[in-house]
Amino acid sequence: MKNRALALYTALGLGYAFLYLPIVLLVIYSFNASRLVTVWGGFSIKWYGELLNDEKILDAAWLSLKVAVINATISTFLGTLAAVVLVRFRRFTGRTLFTGMITAPLVMPEIITGLAMLLLFVSMELAFGWPDGRSVTTIVIAHVTFSLSFVTVVVQSRLAQMDISLEEAAMDLGARPVKVFLVITLPIIAPALLAGWLLSFTLSIDDVVISSFVTGPGSTTLPIVIFSKVRLGVSPEINALASIVVAIVSVGILVFGILMQRQEADRLRSERTAADQG
Amino acid sequence: MALPSAKPIVFSPWNDPDATPLIRIRGVSKSFGDFLAVNNVDLDIYPGEFFSLLGASGCGKTTLLRMLAGFESPTDGRIFIDGVDMTGIPPYERPVNMMFQSYALFPHMTVAQNVAFGLKQDGLSKKKIAEKAKEVLDLVQMSAFSERKPNQLSGGQRQRVALARSLAKEPKVLLLDEPLAALDKKLRGQTQLELVNIQDRVGITFVMVTHDQEEAMTMSARIGVMNAGFIEQVGTPVEIYEYPATTFVADFIGTANMFDGVVALDEQNRTVVDCAELEAQLTVGHSSGVAVGAPVTVMVRPEKMTVQREAPQDGLNSVHGVVSDIAYLGDISIYHVRLNSGRKVQVALTNLRHTSEQRLTWDDEVYLTWHPANSLVLVQ
Repeated sequence: MKNRALALYTALGLGYAFLYLPIVLLVIYSFNASRLVTVWGGFSIKWYGELLNDEKILDAAWLSLKVAVINATISTFLGTLAAVVLVRFRRFTGRTLFTGMITAPLVMPEIITGLAMLLLFVSMELAFGWPDGRSVTTIVIAHVTFSLSFVTVVVQSRLAQMDISLEEAAMDLGARPVKVFLVITLPIIAPALLAGWLLSFTLSIDDVVISSFVTGPGSTTLPIVIFSKVRLGVSPEINALASIVVAIVSVGILVFGILMQRQEADRLRSERTAADQG
Repeated sequence: MALPSAKPIVFSPWNDPDATPLIRIRGVSKSFGDFLAVNNVDLDIYPGEFFSLLGASGCGKTTLLRMLAGFESPTDGRIFIDGVDMTGIPPYERPVNMMFQSYALFPHMTVAQNVAFGLKQDGLSKKKIAEKAKEVLDLVQMSAFSERKPNQLSGGQRQRVALARSLAKEPKVLLLDEPLAALDKKLRGQTQLELVNIQDRVGITFVMVTHDQEEAMTMSARIGVMNAGFIEQVGTPVEIYEYPATTFVADFIGTANMFDGVVALDEQNRTVVDCAELEAQLTVGHSSGVAVGAPVTVMVRPEKMTVQREAPQDGLNSVHGVVSDIAYLGDISIYHVRLNSGRKVQVALTNLRHTSEQRLTWDDEVYLTWHPANSLVLVQ
């Protein structure tokens, strides 16, 4: 029995080590005083300091954040509309085509999406003079095209689970369809909207392939800056940057986890109350 | 001296030729693709009535109810509520409210907000809304829970809130879709009578859909028995049990022993049926109204038969068989008697005496008899 427990813990340990050891090493080496990435030269936080002085990286980080927020918001809006159409309007002409077009970006190779976007933007610029070069606008448009598919899938499954009689009841009580959607449907599917927003935010903030096609001079996103720096050799500065990103993501996951747990506890408590009164 | 026309003691507007129905359903059909869910239904429902649509699942009763609410539109025919043609009128503009089988309480709103929802849509003042919500919550004894969320309530409490919410707008008609199906048996029994009391107090016309015949018979003034999209019979609980119009209704409501035969004699107060299976003639105490030789079915309820060990002397309406199964239910026992033809007949006897010994036991030879007035001829 004891041996079995030991074996299980070892397996668990090895699994975690495989997943997280590289990240832990990266964080440790971000505090390396030496410029050489592979040689430990004592503890220092100077690379963090240098990072703050690197105008280029700060600009790129700000741009990435901006793109991610705009993208997540637009994708959530459009993706929700698409999901409502797919779930609530069962029959309309071109439904199959619509479903296919919504889900295609999920399986389309990114490199093709990126190339196609670039071609589109260039020919549009030639034809109408818009978009004016590669900028935040083009990055956001490109990101929305693939993020919105993910939002649609998430919201669609939540909508399909929702008891349709809730909407019917609201209508029966005198609310018009638009009001029913705003007052009943939207609050009930809100968690899915939030999940979709976070998902498209994440997808956008770490995208390299598509972004590399649609960025231009003066509008470089953070992953692209990191990527181009790494090509010239890994610098401790990048380690520091990566560690900050890891820290932000970890805090985010922690907060999300605590929120979910609290919600679950609330739900269980109210269920118990209900059962006691039953 | 002319007597003032007596007010009917029993509520029965359907027998009054001057009464105006609140709901008039005229030739309504509904098909989904090739499937005909509701087939040419005509029905009148009167103000203040508690009307039930009873039938097995898939018989079209829920579709008919949803057409009254406006969630489905008839493929054919028209529905009038209070004289107004409902064709093309959306659910949010109809003078009806519905109580859903799943209750459909809004999970993100409190009990009070749920009840106030419909009143808010009417644009009443905040004070009016609060007053009215309190009034209906008092009616269902749920005022103490007004700040709770639906997931903090038990099944019975949710059912009350759903009822309060659908009554809050004082609709002309309240539609109830299997309102008690989610409750356990004991609670269901109490709630049935409570619901009838509430209906009596608010005076609103109730139209209920149910698959539970006991529920329908307990609660309703009249019942419409549905089968395969048709309304087979509309009548009071007594009418549909004692005088079923078709073999389907006879079989669906309670238990019926049915014998097929042909009419041998048809008189004003008597029909004699030749029953080949029993090798006997059965006498029924009313006219069948069909020609001699027409195929008919004779129906006798299990509790209307008497059991005796000796052959009856007059030999009228008597069948002979052997007890093959006994179901002891406490208040009554049901005996399954196998006839000579191999066919089984059910007889119900009340267990009047407090005794451990059964009057009849397995393999006893018995004669079953019944009075002609207690049987019925059903024309096929």
